[in-house]
Amino acid sequence: MWVFLVTEILFFGGLFTIYTVYRSLYPHAFGHASSTLDLTLGTTNTAVLIGSSLTMALAVHTAQVSRNGRLIALFLCATMLLGGVFLGIKAVEYAQKFHEHHVPGPYFHWEGGDPQHVELYFSLYFVMTGLHALHMVIGEGVLAVLAIMALRGRFGPSYFTPVELTGLYWHFVDIIWIFLFPLLYLVERHS
Amino acid sequence: MTTHPGTAAHDMPHGDEAVGHVVPLPIYFAVFVTLLVFTGVTATVAFVDLGRFNIFVALTIAVIKASLVLLYFMHLRYSSRLTLLFVGIAFFWLGTMIALTMSDVVSRGWFGAAGLG
Repeated sequence: MWVFLVTEILFFGGLFTIYTVYRSLYPHAFGHASSTLDLTLGTTNTAVLIGSSLTMALAVHTAQVSRNGRLIALFLCATMLLGGVFLGIKAVEYAQKFHEHHVPGPYFHWEGGDPQHVELYFSLYFVMTGLHALHMVIGEGVLAVLAIMALRGRFGPSYFTPVELTGLYWHFVDIIWIFLFPLLYLVERHS
Repeated sequence: MTTHPGTAAHDMPHGDEAVGHVVPLPIYFAVFVTLLVFTGVTATVAFVDLGRFNIFVALTIAVIKASLVLLYFMHLRYSSRLTLLFVGIAFFWLGTMIALTMSDVVSRGWFGAAGLG
């Protein structure tokens, strides 16, 4: 699993590199664009995702120490629920951006200066958060399968590898967001 | 780290004995609360004008948060050295990619070379 996660780090790493290059070239355009994001929703989502990492860790812990399939399934479902809340809030944010014509493309509209550079920021915003959201959707599917397996009593101290590996994946997705949050939402907020 | 599903049955001759390192629950809750506190701090500090240090503060907090997740939620603190080395190499490569790319971007036009700048 770690081998896969290492490839994932470099997969997202390419996007982080592009981001670093263009933010260094157009810092103020990135600042203006970043300030249009809803910080309350972004911060809430960060907390929600951290909460989902906690319930995921508790699911792994439960499988390590007991054969209580219902409790394992409960923590897995809680993780799915929090993941669902995250994706729901993300959908609201996307809808706002479509409404404000901040989505790159023919209908992109920007009143301030440097519209092309601002559009570049929003391209990165949608690609990076979109790829992150796609990882979460995949994670939700895996969690659903795990929850059913847990209810059937498949996991316990003798065999919890699928829960552990899914946990690693879910925490990795959390880490990506831990970096996306300050890089996308917190650019030049003070000005 | 982890056992292969096919060999798992052979690794558990004693029945329901716990495998791998079991992290005490209070540690999970402490990490969770710390992560929430840092999230609040980074969102608040962003509104204080620290000049070019805003990005350093934001990234330092992000690195601390990521390290906590890696060490405790992902059990890296209790993992084998091989796993640590593996993860370390991944971040080393990421750092190399960004550093070498930026060394190009930043140094363009320093010597007035034709076609650049």
